[in-house]
Amino acid sequence: MCSLSLRNLTRWSEAPAKDVETATTPKINLLRGLAARATTPLLPDDYLKLLNPLWSARELRGQVVDVQRETENSATVTIKPGWGFSGDYKPGQYVGIGLRIDGKLHWRSYSLTSIPRRHEKLISITVKATPEGFLSTHLVNGVEPGTIVRLAAPQGDFALPDPPPAKLLLVTAGSGITPVMAMLRSMAQRGHDSDVVHIHSAPSAQDVIFHDELQALHGGASGYALHLNLTGDAGHLDFAGKLDTLVPDWRERPTWACGPPAMLDDIEGVWADAGLEDSLHMERFVIARTDKGGEGGTVTFGVSDKTIEADGATSLLEAGEQAGIQMPFGCRMGICQSCVLPLESGHVRDIRSGREHGEGDRIQTCISAASGDCTLKI
Amino acid sequence: MAISDIKAYTHLTPEDVEALGRELDAIRTDIEESRGEKDARYIRRAIQLQRGLAAGGRIALFGSRNKVAWTAGTAMLALAKIIENMELGHNISDPEIHSTEWEWDTTSPTVHWKKSHNFIHHKYTNIVGIDDDIGYGIMRLTRDQRWERWMIANPVNNILLGTLFEWGVAAHGLEITRYRKGEKSMAEVRKDLKIIGKKVGKQVGKDYIVFPALTGRAWKHTLGANAVANLIRNYWSYMVIFCGHFPDGAEKFTKEEYENETQAEWYLRQMLGSANFNAGPLMAFMSGNLCYQIEHHLFPDLPSNRYAEIGERVRALCEKYDLPYTTGPFLRQYAQSFWTILKLALPNRFLKATSDDAPETNSELKFRIRDGVKETFGVDPATGKRRGLRTAVRELQTSGVASG
Repeated sequence: MCSLSLRNLTRWSEAPAKDVETATTPKINLLRGLAARATTPLLPDDYLKLLNPLWSARELRGQVVDVQRETENSATVTIKPGWGFSGDYKPGQYVGIGLRIDGKLHWRSYSLTSIPRRHEKLISITVKATPEGFLSTHLVNGVEPGTIVRLAAPQGDFALPDPPPAKLLLVTAGSGITPVMAMLRSMAQRGHDSDVVHIHSAPSAQDVIFHDELQALHGGASGYALHLNLTGDAGHLDFAGKLDTLVPDWRERPTWACGPPAMLDDIEGVWADAGLEDSLHMERFVIARTDKGGEGGTVTFGVSDKTIEADGATSLLEAGEQAGIQMPFGCRMGICQSCVLPLESGHVRDIRSGREHGEGDRIQTCISAASGDCTLKI
Repeated sequence: MAISDIKAYTHLTPEDVEALGRELDAIRTDIEESRGEKDARYIRRAIQLQRGLAAGGRIALFGSRNKVAWTAGTAMLALAKIIENMELGHNISDPEIHSTEWEWDTTSPTVHWKKSHNFIHHKYTNIVGIDDDIGYGIMRLTRDQRWERWMIANPVNNILLGTLFEWGVAAHGLEITRYRKGEKSMAEVRKDLKIIGKKVGKQVGKDYIVFPALTGRAWKHTLGANAVANLIRNYWSYMVIFCGHFPDGAEKFTKEEYENETQAEWYLRQMLGSANFNAGPLMAFMSGNLCYQIEHHLFPDLPSNRYAEIGERVRALCEKYDLPYTTGPFLRQYAQSFWTILKLALPNRFLKATSDDAPETNSELKFRIRDGVKETFGVDPATGKRRGLRTAVRELQTSGVASG
């Protein structure tokens, strides 16, 4: 009886804050909920973040503390996460970064190159500026320490098991090194001395991100061996032909690979031919396609797990209704915002203005059409 | 009988109306494309100011037994509530900010507000019988609405609405008018009532229990201060809303007009159905930029800090298409609304004007029922100017037949 009413009281206290993510200290929501009785309809965080932008768990945020150049076109961005961010991520996972540029929020995911540490709350990502990557260019060249960014919780299956296998192979190219660097750093920090063979490709030695750190590991006492393939001189590695000479026992090594789609397709073929798909783990950095002129695509409704083909003239609201989804709706003419849903992935085009929206944007489904394949959260 | 044929009423050809629609689309595109950091900063600063005032007011009221602290606290709190409701709650519909999660600081649940205001009121603006905002089911605000005995209470209901505006907006979510017509079941009303009850509990809890309790021995003073702040916000929002919708020249429409309406005609209906009032920058901010009600109705989802700039272009379009742009001093606009409320407490037989030719409602028939007035469409060959509604009204007035 007593415990029941106590539980009710706890639940009542927490109620206004029940949707707030609290990664490490769930009990704090008791306090947050109680304080919210005074700040309703806002949360105490909404006031506290005026004092310090990181004092809010309503949305995950972080503050850029340092930007360190790695190569000519890449940099490591160190971020101090705010309230609610879980430092309990796995090396190899990625984190979503949202940066406001010209008043608009741009989202992309980047592999974490930091490793989870008990006392060190900072995280880092290493970004390579690509010509078509608007946000990556901005992160490498334009972001000032002190800038506030939005964060999405770390996720991804591209991670080493704990403890790592005794023998393993890593294959990376270009910025594909980033998740693997987190794995290597974590192994070094935890004192795992697995027998690691690492094949990394880059145009030239100057273009190798973490060049010195990799060479140091290579020369160290651990079981790490690096094969650097400089494609400027040697061209792309022919995996089918060269792998047996380069790593004779590759078939016995669980493999983690990350890099451009062409390389991953090659590797996938070689491993498939050997019947070793199960020991191959890959991470694809898909380049967002923004050149699709509202030509329609497959619309996926993430929560309901339904899909439908929609052309570039059909609103996502209509598409959803055709697929039998209970879509939120209102005016159906783009004024009332009743139909707004989060775009989980892909691109959509505003039928009225022609403007493209990308991953992470909140879109009005009644005036947006698919621009390539896209996924809505409903 | 309100406007049934907006083209006939405005003396514009279908081509004129479509051209006007394209020009308004162009304004939308220009604003959307130039939307950027400046607008985001405006909203962020407005939010910061509002939260700062709210926190400052609440803190000052810890000393509410002191007269100065009481006055300062009440004033800051009232300002915070006004900015929250008018500028933030009313105008922020930028989906990237939070329109889906934003809950505003008033007893009306946002989910109801989004339906009754964002959807019904903004889409079906001033259509008699659909837009419940014409009188909110408790007043007669156009002689198109049939007089019933309870409407004699128009002036009293008006004062009550102003005083309890927040509660009126909350009750609006029940859609009592639809219930009366049998379009909504008691079960649905009860469900909505529950949603409202939950929100009311939180709001009342904050202003009348939590903060008075927190301020300890000053609880009575704090409670009074919170009530006064709510009251100030109520009267102010009520005045702004009434000045935007019920001065003379804010036209009403019939369902027939809506039935075959094009997007351009929808624009035109918004232009004719709303009214602005004159305001400087401070007044504009405190009204949530709803002194630009016409612009708000044309482009409800564009950032409100741009309404002033949009207004200049809309005014130029009114000039070009010879359309009225209804605006005037705040108090005059209110006085007109108030006079309409007083008059319409009486049945139509006591009123001089017909529903085709009255200050608060007109129809295209007013140009036909009077002999001798020519229907002048298109460009005046003598001056090269497009002849529209303004010319037609002027001709009516100079033709010697009195109106009123």
